[in-house]
Amino acid sequence: MKRILALSLALLLTFAAFAGCSGASDNSAGTPASGGTAAAGDSGNAASGDKIIKLGVFESLSGDNGAGGKQETLGWVYANSVQPTIVIGGETYTIVLETVDNESSTDKAPSAAQSLVSRGVSAVLGSYGSAVCIASSAVFDQAGLPMLTVSATNPQVTADNDNVFRLCFLDPFQGTVLADYAYNTLGATNAYVLSKQGDDYSAGLANYFVKHFEELGGKVTDEQFPQGNTDFSSYVANAKAAGAQVFFSPVSTEAASNIIDQANAQALGIPILAGDTWDSNVITQAGKGKDIEVTIDTFYQESGTPFDVAFKEWISADPQRLADNNGDDTLAAFSVMAYDGYFTMLEAIKAADSTDSAAIQAALSGVKYDGQTGAIAFDDTGDALRNSAYIKKVNTTDGTWEFLEVATVG
Amino acid sequence: MDYLPYLLAGVSVGGQYALIAIGYTMVYGILRLINFAHGDIFMAAGLIMIYLCTALPLAVSIPLVLLITVAIGFVIERAAYMPLREAPRMSVMISAIGVSYLIQNLALYLTGGLAKPYISIPWISDTITILGATTRRVTVITPILTILLMIALILLIKKTKIGMAMRAVSRDFDTSRLMGIRVNNVISVTFIIGSLLAAIGSVLYFTNYTAVVPTSGQMPGLKAFVAAVFGGIGSIPGAVLGAFLIGICENLIKSGGGAWTNFSDAFTFVLLIAVLLVRPTGLFAEKKIDKV
Repeated sequence: MKRILALSLALLLTFAAFAGCSGASDNSAGTPASGGTAAAGDSGNAASGDKIIKLGVFESLSGDNGAGGKQETLGWVYANSVQPTIVIGGETYTIVLETVDNESSTDKAPSAAQSLVSRGVSAVLGSYGSAVCIASSAVFDQAGLPMLTVSATNPQVTADNDNVFRLCFLDPFQGTVLADYAYNTLGATNAYVLSKQGDDYSAGLANYFVKHFEELGGKVTDEQFPQGNTDFSSYVANAKAAGAQVFFSPVSTEAASNIIDQANAQALGIPILAGDTWDSNVITQAGKGKDIEVTIDTFYQESGTPFDVAFKEWISADPQRLADNNGDDTLAAFSVMAYDGYFTMLEAIKAADSTDSAAIQAALSGVKYDGQTGAIAFDDTGDALRNSAYIKKVNTTDGTWEFLEVATVG
Repeated sequence: MDYLPYLLAGVSVGGQYALIAIGYTMVYGILRLINFAHGDIFMAAGLIMIYLCTALPLAVSIPLVLLITVAIGFVIERAAYMPLREAPRMSVMISAIGVSYLIQNLALYLTGGLAKPYISIPWISDTITILGATTRRVTVITPILTILLMIALILLIKKTKIGMAMRAVSRDFDTSRLMGIRVNNVISVTFIIGSLLAAIGSVLYFTNYTAVVPTSGQMPGLKAFVAAVFGGIGSIPGAVLGAFLIGICENLIKSGGGAWTNFSDAFTFVLLIAVLLVRPTGLFAEKKIDKV
């Protein structure tokens, strides 16, 4: 009796595991496919035939960067639903997105990358988060796949990696913009900097901020918190004890909501400053109704253009998309960057006129595209040429972003 | 240097560790099992609270959270540990690890891997000022509540019939059974009390640190476990004292600033090693009477 029970339980679990696998691949293909199938309906099966080009979406869909990764994925999927086909060599190809989750973790990212390679994608889109990009670019390089990230700001992401391209500005630029803003606009001479240990993005951006802030003549207290930490009360107390006039914290949104909350609880009373990661409604929601001041720099500011309106409508049309966008239709900069990234990749494929990865990679370096976030062209290292950032702050009364200024350097 | 904010944070987080540590220590005392799933029950209580609050008012959802968490603890014990009562201790331990991952992955599936913001409970999450340090009311309530609960629990164990049965079972399984004690019921009660305290701990903890992720239970669980070992696993006052010490030390280390903040977690685990080397049975070890 017991044995039968155990056996059936084991079978059930094995079955569930398989169901889980297929379910997951269904799901990962699910959202893109909903665009894909609709597309097949639009253009007619006869026209598109069986020609398919696969693009890998390499994203952080869970873990520390899950919220941002999901918003970025919305951008890929939306762009795919807008433009689901491409003409290569006179034939129409359907673009299929293959999604994998790198779990925001540097030790899981390479194997996730490997699974994309084995699915036979022609090029890779993503990921959100510099650390996972750095950890997996070698896997894509060995497979000969070009990779286009839209929001990983650490310089190492593209340095010495011929196959990696990037759409956004870099941390040295971002650190300079933020340090300038803290020193000149906010008038702070004493800054408290809190970054996450072992996170390439966080440590890198903190480092560039500190460097520039000290060059300007400011004083910095620089601290790190360990992975998995949720108790920020002592760090807030440290910032107060140091007499800081600005609190700079380039960390994941998950840590951010805890920091904002704790800053409010202890009446920190100084402006909190952060980088592009915080451009998410996670932050506006965390800040709503609290007595804090949060200012960030980012890639894009929505302004009610037809593009913004259409994108918002698309997000609101499906409860799952709305949930992935954290419950409301505020456009995150990453979503829009991903939209531009998708079309930049399409330009490269058109220029290469081939599904061959090497040809696409060669075409990417010369591609020019006029996107929603500005004109896009790459320099020799594969970084987009950008020299301005949007500065905005949380409006704590109604939980929205309030645009402040465009900061330009160089 | 003003140490008050650090002390407050330390005492508060210590109280929350203590509530979890009691669950570890009680289960160990009776079953000689380290219940690895305990930290995840703590996390699950947090998630349940978030989901319940979307539909129900606070006054209903708080008791309901306690009830559901208790039910989960009870079911886990009946389903994953009881069938292994006669099996080697290692099997039960592995079963516990399995349950821990099961809960985490269920939570990952439910939340889609995103951090869920905890609801703010009025009154206890209000901001107050004590001797110039601004903090939440929950910071002050936690240690008081923890100590009250500990006293109640000790009274329960010392004075009541079920408490006597618990003590008997922890001494000798078979003899207790011969004396007419329903061992399985006693063990269930232990899990129920442990889960109840974990649920209370989770309400207090997440009021202060307001995001729940599937791995939220890991660190607090691990630290509570260290606290239980530090205090002498099996001893309730030991676990509570250990938890307070760890909470306070951890936050005082962070007050050192700079490089010191990096070592706040390392400290906890260095402490574990040190205790195991110097005094393997912890501060308040169970008194072992060797019968000849």
